[in-house]
Amino acid sequence: MTVLDVRDVTKVYGEGGTAVQALRGVSLAVEQGDYVAIMGASGSGKSTLMNILGCLDVPSSGRYLLDGTDVGTLDDRRLAIVRNRKIGFVFQSFNLIPRMSALANVELPLAYGGVKAADRRRRALAALDRVGLSERVDHEPNELSGGQQQRVAVARALVTAPALLLADEPTGNLDTRSTADVLEVLDGLNAAGRTIVLITHEDDVARHAKRVIRLVDGLIVDDRRRTHVDEPPPGLVGLR
Amino acid sequence: MTREVLTFAFRGLAANKLRSGLTTLGILIGVGAVILLVAVGNGSSKQVQQNIERLGTNTLTVTPSTSRGGAGARGGGGGFARAFGGGGAPGAGAQQQTGPRTQAHDLTVDDARAMADASAAPSVKSVSPVVNASSANAAYAGTSHAIQQFVGTYPTYFEASNDPIDRGTYFTNDDVLNDRKVVVIGQTVNEDLFGTVDAVGKQITVNGVNFTVVGVLKTKGSSGFQDADDVAIAPLPAVQESLTGYGALNQIVVQAKTPKTVDAAQSEITDILNQRHGITGSNTADFQIMNQATLQSAISSSSKTFTVLLGAVAAISLLVGGIGITNIMLVTVTERTREIGIRKAIGAPRGAILGQFLVEATVLSLLGGLLGVAAGVIGSEFKVVGVKPVIVPSSIVLALGVSVAIGLFFGSYPANRAAKLRPIEALRHE
Repeated sequence: MTVLDVRDVTKVYGEGGTAVQALRGVSLAVEQGDYVAIMGASGSGKSTLMNILGCLDVPSSGRYLLDGTDVGTLDDRRLAIVRNRKIGFVFQSFNLIPRMSALANVELPLAYGGVKAADRRRRALAALDRVGLSERVDHEPNELSGGQQQRVAVARALVTAPALLLADEPTGNLDTRSTADVLEVLDGLNAAGRTIVLITHEDDVARHAKRVIRLVDGLIVDDRRRTHVDEPPPGLVGLR
Repeated sequence: MTREVLTFAFRGLAANKLRSGLTTLGILIGVGAVILLVAVGNGSSKQVQQNIERLGTNTLTVTPSTSRGGAGARGGGGGFARAFGGGGAPGAGAQQQTGPRTQAHDLTVDDARAMADASAAPSVKSVSPVVNASSANAAYAGTSHAIQQFVGTYPTYFEASNDPIDRGTYFTNDDVLNDRKVVVIGQTVNEDLFGTVDAVGKQITVNGVNFTVVGVLKTKGSSGFQDADDVAIAPLPAVQESLTGYGALNQIVVQAKTPKTVDAAQSEITDILNQRHGITGSNTADFQIMNQATLQSAISSSSKTFTVLLGAVAAISLLVGGIGITNIMLVTVTERTREIGIRKAIGAPRGAILGQFLVEATVLSLLGGLLGVAAGVIGSEFKVVGVKPVIVPSSIVLALGVSVAIGLFFGSYPANRAAKLRPIEALRHE
């Protein structure tokens, strides 16, 4: 089943002579359970593509179907619901809300989704346990290391059980040890059936994905499958 | 979700306690000022009304007109008139003052008698001729006291001027006719001369003449510059004989039968005096009549203007407080743009963001409003420039309501701006 279906999407920033073509017609379909790494130099349009996939930005032309729904036709309110229920977003700079405990941060998407307090707490604790942080639920972001913060962010992204987990250079700000921790979590999630799309410019990170796509100047130039969708992610196999 | 939005709002406020506190202070001062200043205005108008009522509501005060303009009955009411120094030499002195008038008459006991004529003045209940002694030094058993007002009059004066007795009795018509040296004293005189001793029946010496105290008046309190209790009231002939001489009267206090007949009484005595003093259309009257009711309505309308003015000044400070809220909320929104972006990226609907910032603004202003009410109420317990503020309940409701409305109104612009932010732009914000 196709979770994500992008058809001939373009994105232009600015107007007239100063207009910049960030995406020049990208088409991409991602199956459920897949683990896709999008690679490219800076300026290749990979972040723009990611923002469009995450419904944070809208394409200049083309269609984007998420879980069968054409996102382009949705209004502001429905778009917020889609972001809340269907997408989990992990940012390079963690983007946790300061002065809120890890637990409160993870509960946040559930709160906006209208989940009751007791249920919310149970699910948030489960998500934090999943990323190995059940010991630190009451710590605020500034009391956590970068790797721990990113794992909280992953917990926040997966707590709503979204159809798609998007990660925009999730290890870009992390040291080797933390990178390994976060990738292990992602690998585990994918092995459990979660669809993951991540952006990276590191080959080491891309090696964890089942499928690697390269973007150059707003176009897909290379789309290589490394492992079949139904198999466990190569990271888990390789490390064992 | 409402509860979550409230929680987020309170957390946002708590994150910046000093800033929230200062913004609240702006509203606090505005609301407190509205309540307190309106209370001061109200208090001062109440005080003026009490002073006037103290003089008796259905009385008219006739005084000789000493100025050229004559007709304008200004200058603070009967309380002042009482204090004016006693009449100078009769006849000649009065004629010198008159200037352009052909002939000016003093007020005499005969004038008063004429006003008391039931057929010519049916609306008049009583007429009391009054003389004031300019300097009266009273002494009792070694202590002495300078009495501010030493009044010579008839017993009807007590009722007309609303002077209830505390101990003893008033003097009587009999005392007046028989020229007895008796006196009723005010509380200040009583305390200064007698202290704890019962004054009734004691003899005091006033400018060398012995008077017997027959009664003590109830406390009236001070009215503006003057202590209304620093007074002594004695029969007219006794005062004329011993202190002022048999000259002109300082004033004639006329009491109308009912408050409704005050105006009728005024025109009746005007006619009588015009006739007796030979005043026709072209001549300026040599007397003036002060009507307490007219005075009261004039003063109450001017004190209303005063209250509105004070309230308007305070309202401006409330407005400034409201602008302070907008300012601080704009800063907050700018500062937390990234946080707004994160919230939107994880699916916060627009309403939740809007609600959060609106609640923050409203809580600031409501908190400021409540504290302002407390400050205003506490402040009203104290005298402000000699005025005891009297709180107008509607001003509390109004100030609180306005402060909440200000929070909603002035908070809606920044909140809207936050809610309208596009997530991708908000996230890029540093």
